[in-house]
Amino acid sequence: MSKGEISTEIILSAEGVSKSFGSVAVLFSVRFNLRKGEVHALIGENGAGKSTLMKILSGLHQPTSGTIKLDGQEVQLPPFGQAEDLGIVLIHQELNLAEQLTVEENVFLGREMVNGLLLNRKEMEQKVQSYLDELGADISPRDRICDLSIAEKQMVEIVKAMSRDARVLIMDEPTAVLTDAETQLLFKQIEKLKNSGVAIVFSSHKLAEIKRIADRVTVMRDGQWIATKQTEELSLDAMAQLMVGRELSKLYPPKNEVDVDAEVVLEVKNLYTDFVKNISFQLRKGQILGFSGLVGSGRTAVFEAICGLGEIQSGEVFLYGKKTQLNSVAQARDAGVAYLTKDRKEKGLLLNQQMQPNLTLLALPNFVKNFLMDDKAEQQATARGIRRFDIRARDPNITAGDMSGGNQQKLLLAKIMEIDPQIVIIDEPTRGIDVGTKQQIYSFIAALAADGMSVVVISSEMPEIIGICHEVVVMYNGKIQGILQGSEINESEIVRYASGLREAS
Amino acid sequence: MAEIDLNELSRKPKKNLLSRLDFKTLGPFIAMIVLFIFGYLINDAFINSGNLSNILTRSSFIGIIAVGATFVITAGGIDLSVGSMAAFISGIMILLMNELKTVMEPGLTIIFAGVAISIVLGIAAGFINGFLTTKGKIEAFIVTLGSMGIYRSLVTYSADGGTISLDRGVRKIYRPVYYEDLFGIPIPVLVFVAVAIVGYILLNKTVFGRHCFAIGSNENVAKYSAVNVDRTRIKTYILQGICVSIATIIYVPRLGSASAQTGTLWELEAIAAVIIGGTMLKGGYGRIWGTVMGALILTMIGNILNLTDLISNYLNGTVQGVIIVVAVYLQRGDWKKKK
Repeated sequence: MSKGEISTEIILSAEGVSKSFGSVAVLFSVRFNLRKGEVHALIGENGAGKSTLMKILSGLHQPTSGTIKLDGQEVQLPPFGQAEDLGIVLIHQELNLAEQLTVEENVFLGREMVNGLLLNRKEMEQKVQSYLDELGADISPRDRICDLSIAEKQMVEIVKAMSRDARVLIMDEPTAVLTDAETQLLFKQIEKLKNSGVAIVFSSHKLAEIKRIADRVTVMRDGQWIATKQTEELSLDAMAQLMVGRELSKLYPPKNEVDVDAEVVLEVKNLYTDFVKNISFQLRKGQILGFSGLVGSGRTAVFEAICGLGEIQSGEVFLYGKKTQLNSVAQARDAGVAYLTKDRKEKGLLLNQQMQPNLTLLALPNFVKNFLMDDKAEQQATARGIRRFDIRARDPNITAGDMSGGNQQKLLLAKIMEIDPQIVIIDEPTRGIDVGTKQQIYSFIAALAADGMSVVVISSEMPEIIGICHEVVVMYNGKIQGILQGSEINESEIVRYASGLREAS
Repeated sequence: MAEIDLNELSRKPKKNLLSRLDFKTLGPFIAMIVLFIFGYLINDAFINSGNLSNILTRSSFIGIIAVGATFVITAGGIDLSVGSMAAFISGIMILLMNELKTVMEPGLTIIFAGVAISIVLGIAAGFINGFLTTKGKIEAFIVTLGSMGIYRSLVTYSADGGTISLDRGVRKIYRPVYYEDLFGIPIPVLVFVAVAIVGYILLNKTVFGRHCFAIGSNENVAKYSAVNVDRTRIKTYILQGICVSIATIIYVPRLGSASAQTGTLWELEAIAAVIIGGTMLKGGYGRIWGTVMGALILTMIGNILNLTDLISNYLNGTVQGVIIVVAVYLQRGDWKKKK
C-alpha cells in the first residue's frame, strides 16, 4: 500500500495540554500534532488518556492548561460539538445516530435543506448518495439506521463528517466492534478520505491494524505523551513496549500462592454461545483468575452464559466437580456464584433507591421473617456492608445514583457478599474509579481469595490483571487465545495474545 | 475512617428530620387538609357525618382499584382496562346470579357464586394482561388499550346494547353489602381500608413489593439481581384484576345493574389517584397511603363542587384535571432546586 506524499503542513496541534477532572489529573502536558492528509494513530492502554485527548482536540473538553492551535493560530475550540463548523469532527466509539431516522435524515439532522417551508428531500438524498458512492458504501440514503450493521452505521457517521467538509476526522476506537472484513472496508474509506486531504486521528488496541494504516503513531501512557514516530520506524513489539514500560507499583497487595492441588470449584469445557467459541478453563479454590482481552472479545459473554444470563449452545459447566447448568441469576445465587456487572448504572444498582434496598436486593430471601421483610436485619446488613467495604456516604439516605463511582462499586461488592458466595466474578472492578479506591478494591479482592473464595477478574486494564491475578486467560475474537501463569503474566505477553499476534499452540 | 462514617450515620437523620418531611411525602396529605378546610368554609354541611361517610363510600370503588394500580405502576406498567374490566365482571356476575336464580331459591349460595366468578374473572383478566405484556413483549399501554375495548364491547354485547339487571329477589339479599354498616362504618369503607392495609403490607413489607420497586426502577438491574421480572410483573396485573373484582363485588349491589356505561373513565380516575398520591408514573416508587389520599381527594373535589354555587358542578373534570397536573409538577421536585 502506498503511503503517498504527506505534506508537512500542520492543521491541528496541542502543546503542553493538561486536563484535570476535579482533583483528578488525567493528562499531563501532552503534545500532539496532525498533518494534512495523514492518518495518525493514538495508542496506549485503557486510562492512558487517549479519549480525553481526542475530546480536547474536538472541543468537547476544554484543556485545564496548554494551547490548541488550528492552522497555526491559537484557538479555543467551541464546546458541544460546535467545532464541527470548523471542520473538526469526532466520531464516538458508541455512535451517535438517531436510530429511527433514515440515513439521509441523520446526515442532515439539525441543518436540513429546505425549499421555503418544506424539506428539500430530493437534494439531500442526492447529496448523501454522492457521498456514499464516493466511499463505495452499499447502503441507501433511505435506509433506517436501526436496520444497519454497526459497520454501516459507522459509514453514516463518516458521511456525516464529509457533509460537514471535515478537515480533521477523529475516530475513537472505530474498529473495536468491527469484524475483519468490515475493518478492511473502513480502511479503504479512510484511505479515500486521506487522499482528499482529510487528516485522520484514530485510536485502536489492535497493533497490526495500526501498522497497516497509520502514517505516524503517538504513544501515550498514564496521561503522558511518550513518543511520536513514523510507523515504519516501529515494530509491533516496539509499540507494545512503549505502551507498557512501567513497573508495577505498590498499588497491589502481595499475592499468596494457590495450592496447586486446591479443589477445582468451576470447570468449563468446550463452551459455545452466540458470542464465544470453545471456551475451556478451570478455577481453583482461593484462586484469582484474570480474564484479559480487548473490549468485545467475549469475556463478559462467557460469564453471563455461565451465570444464567445468556444462552449456552453447547459445552459443559462443572461446579464443585458436579455437572451443572445455571438457568437464572437466582439459581446461580443459590449455587453460591455471584456475577458483579461492569455496568454499574444500567445493570448493577437501582440509582433512584437508597443504599439499603440496593444492598439486599440480590440476597432478599435471606431477609424474610414470617413472610415479611425483616427491616432490622436489613439495617444491620447495611451497617455491616458500609463498615466492611468502607463505603463513604455523606448522607445515609443518599440515593445510589448520587454516590461516587468508587462508593457505588463498594456497594456492589457489599451487595454480592450478602449471598455468601463461593465464586465471585467481578467484571471491570475498577472502571472509572480513582487510584485510592482502586487500591482498596484490590485488597478486598485479595482478602476474598485469602478467605477461600474463588475470584474471576475480568478487566481491560492490564496492570490490575497482572497485579492481582494468579493465572490469566487472554481472549481474542470470542476465543481463548492463551492461558498465562507465573512469569508469563506480563504486559507485552498479554498484549501479543490480546491483539491476536500470538496464539497458544 | 469507617467509624467516623458510622457516627455520622446515626447522627444525620435527626438533623435532617425537618427537611426529610418533604412535600413529596406530605403533599397529598396537605392537599387533603386544605380541601377539607375549604369544603367546611364553603358549606357547613360538608363536615356532617352523613356527607363524610358518603365521600368515603364513594371513594372506595376507585380507591380499591387504585390500590391495585399502585402495584402495576410502581413496577413500571400501566393498566387502562380496569374500567371496562369492572363493567364486564359486573355483567357476567349478574348474568350468572340471575341464571342460578332460575334453578334455586335466592340465598347466600347465589351471592357466593357471584363473588367467586368475579374473583376468577379478575384473576384471569389480570393474568391475560400480564402475560401479553411480559411473554408477548407488547407494551402495556397497547395490551390494556386493546383489552379495554374488548371488555367494553363484551358488556354491550351481553346486555344487548341495554342494561343487565340483577334479579330483584337476589338483590334484596345482596343489597346490605353496599348499604349496611358495621360498627357505624359503611361496609365498602371497611373493605377499602382492608384492601389498603393488605396493599401497604404487600408493597412495603414483602419481597414481592421490593421486587416491584426494583423492576420499576430498572428492569435490567432487577434481572441481574435474581428477580424474576416477568413473573413479578404478571403478579402485579393479577393483583390489579383482584382489586377490580373486589370493587365490583361491592359495586353491583349499589345499582343492581351493569351496562355499557358502567365504570367508564374509572381507569383514568384510578391512575389519577395513584399519581396524585405520589407514585411515579414511570415506575420505581409507589405509596399506598398516597393512593388512598388521592382517591379521597378526587371524590372530595366532586363533593365540594356539589355543595357550592361558586363553580359549576359541570367543571368537576376541570378542577380534577388541574389538580392532577399541579400534583405531578410539584412531585417532579426540580422546582425545589431552583432556590
